[in-house]
Amino acid sequence: MTPDKLIVIIASIVSIGFTYWFFLMKKEKVVAVTSDSVDITVSGGYQPEVISIPKGKTTKINFLRSDPSSCLEEVVLSDFKIKKFLPLNKKTTIEVTPQKEGEFPFSCGMNMFHGKIKVI
Amino acid sequence: MAEIKKTFLLKGMHCASCVGVIEKSLKKTPGVKDAVVNLATEKATVTYDSNVCKEGQIASAVANVGYKALVEQENISEDEEKIEKAKDLKKLRNKVGVSLFLGALILWGSFPGLINFAPEILKSFWVQLILATPVQFWAGWTFYRATIPALKHRTANMDTLVALGTTVAYIYSAFVTFFPNVVMDLGLEVMPYFDVAAIVIGLILLGRYFEARAKGQTSQALKKLIGMQAKTAKVIREGKEVDIPIEQVVIGDVVRVRPGEKIPVDGIILEGDSSVDESMITGESIPVEKLKGDTVVGATMNKTGTFTYKAGKVGQDTMLAQIIKLVQEAQGSKAPIQRVADLISSYFVPIVIMLAFATFAVWYVFGPNPALFFALLNTVAVLIIACPCAMGLATPTAIMVGTGLGAEKGILIKDAQSLEIAHKVNTIIFDKTGTLTKGKPEVTDVIRIKNQESRIKDDKELLRLAASIEKGSEHSLAEAIVKYAEDENVKTESVTKFKAVAGHGVTGEIGNRKIYFGNKRLLESENIALDSYTEQIEQLENEGKTVMMLAVDSKLAGFIAVADTIKDSAKEGVKALQEKGIEVVMITGDNSRTANAIAKTLGIERVFAEVLPQEKEEIVRKLQLGESRIKNQELGRKNHNSKFILHNSQKRIIAFVGDGINDAPALASADIGIAMGTGTDVAIEAADITLINKDLRSVASAIELSRKTMRTIKLNLFWAFGYNTLLIPVAMGVLYPFFGILLSPIFASAAMASSSISVVTNSLLLKRHRL
Repeated sequence: MTPDKLIVIIASIVSIGFTYWFFLMKKEKVVAVTSDSVDITVSGGYQPEVISIPKGKTTKINFLRSDPSSCLEEVVLSDFKIKKFLPLNKKTTIEVTPQKEGEFPFSCGMNMFHGKIKVI
Repeated sequence: MAEIKKTFLLKGMHCASCVGVIEKSLKKTPGVKDAVVNLATEKATVTYDSNVCKEGQIASAVANVGYKALVEQENISEDEEKIEKAKDLKKLRNKVGVSLFLGALILWGSFPGLINFAPEILKSFWVQLILATPVQFWAGWTFYRATIPALKHRTANMDTLVALGTTVAYIYSAFVTFFPNVVMDLGLEVMPYFDVAAIVIGLILLGRYFEARAKGQTSQALKKLIGMQAKTAKVIREGKEVDIPIEQVVIGDVVRVRPGEKIPVDGIILEGDSSVDESMITGESIPVEKLKGDTVVGATMNKTGTFTYKAGKVGQDTMLAQIIKLVQEAQGSKAPIQRVADLISSYFVPIVIMLAFATFAVWYVFGPNPALFFALLNTVAVLIIACPCAMGLATPTAIMVGTGLGAEKGILIKDAQSLEIAHKVNTIIFDKTGTLTKGKPEVTDVIRIKNQESRIKDDKELLRLAASIEKGSEHSLAEAIVKYAEDENVKTESVTKFKAVAGHGVTGEIGNRKIYFGNKRLLESENIALDSYTEQIEQLENEGKTVMMLAVDSKLAGFIAVADTIKDSAKEGVKALQEKGIEVVMITGDNSRTANAIAKTLGIERVFAEVLPQEKEEIVRKLQLGESRIKNQELGRKNHNSKFILHNSQKRIIAFVGDGINDAPALASADIGIAMGTGTDVAIEAADITLINKDLRSVASAIELSRKTMRTIKLNLFWAFGYNTLLIPVAMGVLYPFFGILLSPIFASAAMASSSISVVTNSLLLKRHRL
C-alpha cells in the first residue's frame, strides 16, 4: 500500500471518530430557569439547548431567531401542542405551564434541530 | 382590582404631537392608570385595571383621536408571517434564477458533448471560476449561514451536508484552476467541477422554492378559518347604529345584521328572523332558519332577513376562535408514529458525514484510476443525496392537511395522537338519548278508533281533545302533544274539571264530553275496555313508543304514541361504520324494550340498556380490556340485556360518541371520545374529536379521515426512509462493482430536491379526498 493511501485511511478513521465525538458525544448543558422567563437564541440550533423549569410554574420562553434558515422558522413544542412561526430578529414569546415532571423535547418545524425542557 | 400593563401596536402616527394626543385620550379612559406612547416603536404601553377597562375601550380611545391600536396580536403575527414568507420566497426565486443560469453556462463550457458547441470564453477555467463564485457564496450563502452557527453548537442539518458537498467540489475546482501543473504532476486530469457545485446549489434552491410554496398550502385550511372572521360589526350604542372594528365588540352589545352580511360574533337573536348559512363552521350546506331566542355563530353568513342580536361571546371566546385554537393545537401536536423519524433524524446527518469519509477512503484506496476523481465525486454525491428534510416533513405536513380538511367539514380533531388512534378503532359505542335520538319526545302516531260511540270525526279532533286536556299538564309527553297540535294548526279548547292523576294521566271536561287521557292504568281504573286494541298498543310499545289512550264518555276513542325520535342521519351513520367493519354498540339509561326497538331500527346488534351514567365509563373500560363477559350483576342490573354480552376476548379500541355532561367520563376513558355538536364545554374538553355539524355520518367520515391521513403518513415515511436507505448506498458506489453504475452529484441534487417536494405533494393530495 502506497503511503498516500495509508494517510487517507488513517485520516478517514480519525475524521469519522472526530465526527462521532463532535456531534454525538456532546454533553448536555442545562440552564435552570429561576425567573419567570428565559431567552433562547435561535441560530444554528437553540441556545441554551436544554432548560429546566419548575413544575406548575408559568414560564415565558422568549425565542429570538437570528438565523434566516427556513429550517428554523418554526418551533414545535409538541407536548404542549404549540407550533409557532418565529419571525426573523424578533422576540416570540411562548408561555408554558408544565403540569408534570419529565423531559419535553422541542424542535424546529423540520425536526432537524432539537432542544429540551426539563421539568423538575 | 386587576392591574395589568400591556403594549399595543399603534398605526397612523407620524409626528411627535400624535404622542400627546393619544396619551391624553388614553389617560381619560376610565380604568387607565398610565399610558406611555413611543413614536419610534409606534407602541403604546398602557397600565389599566382589567376589571374596569377592556382592550376594546383602549382601542376605541385611540380610534376616537384618529389612530388605530392593534389589540389582536394573533392577527398581527399572521400578517407578519405572510409578509416575511413572501419576501423569502421572492429572494429564493431570484437566487434560483441566477444560479441555474450561471450553472447552465458553466455546464455548457465543461460538459462532454455540449462543450463542442460552446463559445471559447466559457471553456476557460478562469471564466468558470468567476461564474461559479457568486453561485457558491451569494446564492449558496444560505447554506453557510445555517452551517456556521450550527457547528458552533455542535449540531448539523441538511444545510451542513450541502455546504460541505458543494465546498469540496468548488475548492477542488479552484485548486485545479490556480495550480493545473500540480494536478498534472499528480497524474490527474486537469478538470474542474464548477458545474457540479453551481448546478447542485441551483437545483437544491429550486427544490426549496417549490417546497416552500407547497408547504404554504398545507396550512391553507387554518388560514381560511382565520380569514373567515368579520372585520367590522354594526353595533347599536346609545340608540345609534355605529360601525366598529370587531375587536371592539363587547359582551352585551346589540348587533344588527342585514341580508348578505357576515355575523360578527356569537350571540342570541333579540328581534327578527332569518336563514343563516353555517357551512363555514359546520360544513353543512343547507342554511339554518333562525328565530328570536336562537343562537347565532360569528363568521357565519346571514342570507335573507335582518335581525338584531345580543353579543354573548367575543374575542377568543367565540366558536370560530375556539375552532382556530383547537386546529392550531392539533397541528402543533405530534403523532406517535413520528417517534421513529425523530430518533433517526437526530443521528442522521452525523452518520451521513461519517459515511462520506468512509466513501472517500474506500474509493481512494480501492477505486479505479483516477482514484481521487472517483473518491471526490462520490463523496460529494453522498453528502448531496442525503435528505433528512423528507423525514422531518413526512408526518407534520400530513397532520396539517388532515386536521385542516377535518375542520372544513366540521370535524375538529384535538391532536395528532387522536387522529392516529382513530384509524384503529374497531368498536364504537353510541349514547342513545341526544346522540342517536333527538333527545326530545315527539308524536309519532295519532290513531283514531273508527266507532260511532266516541263521536270523534277525524284525527284532528282526536288531537285537539288530547292537546286541550294536556295543556294544563307539565309532563314532558304533554309538551310533545301540545307542540305537535300547534305544528298541525290544531286549536285547543278550554277544559273544565281538570284533574291530574299521578302515574296515570289526566281527566277533564270539554264541552259536555268527559275526557280521559292517560296510560292503560287510567283506563283500567275507570273501567274503560281496551277491546281488541291491546295487540296494536303492544306493537307500538315494542317499537319503543309510549302510548297514551284517549277515552270520551267512557268509550275508547283512540291513542297517541310518543317517542324520542331517531336523528335523520343516524341510520346512515351507523351503516357507514358497519360497512367499514366497525362494530356499533348502543348504550342507554332507558328500559330494554325502548332501547331494543331503537337498536333494531338502526341495525345495531349490541345494546347495553338501563345503564346508570356512572356505569357507562365502566362498560367502556371493560370493553377495552376485551373482557369476554360483562356480567349483569357487575353492573348491578338484574334485567341487563344478556343477549348482548360480548363473546370474544379480543382487545378493543373503543370510540365513545356522546354529547352530554353525563358522558364526559365515558368520553375521556374511551380510546377516542367523540362529542356530537357543540354539546357542552365539559364534553368538548373530554373529547378527542368534536363533530360540530351534529351529523352522525361524520363519525364514519372522521374515521375515514384518520385512515387516509395515516395512509399518507405511512407512504411519506416509506418514501422518505426508502429514498435515503436506497440512494445513499448507490451514491457511495455499491452498484459500481456489479453494474458500473455511479451517481453523478448533479443527479443526486435533483433527486434530493424532488424527495421533499414529493412528500409535501403527497400530503397535499389528501385534500382531494371527499369526506
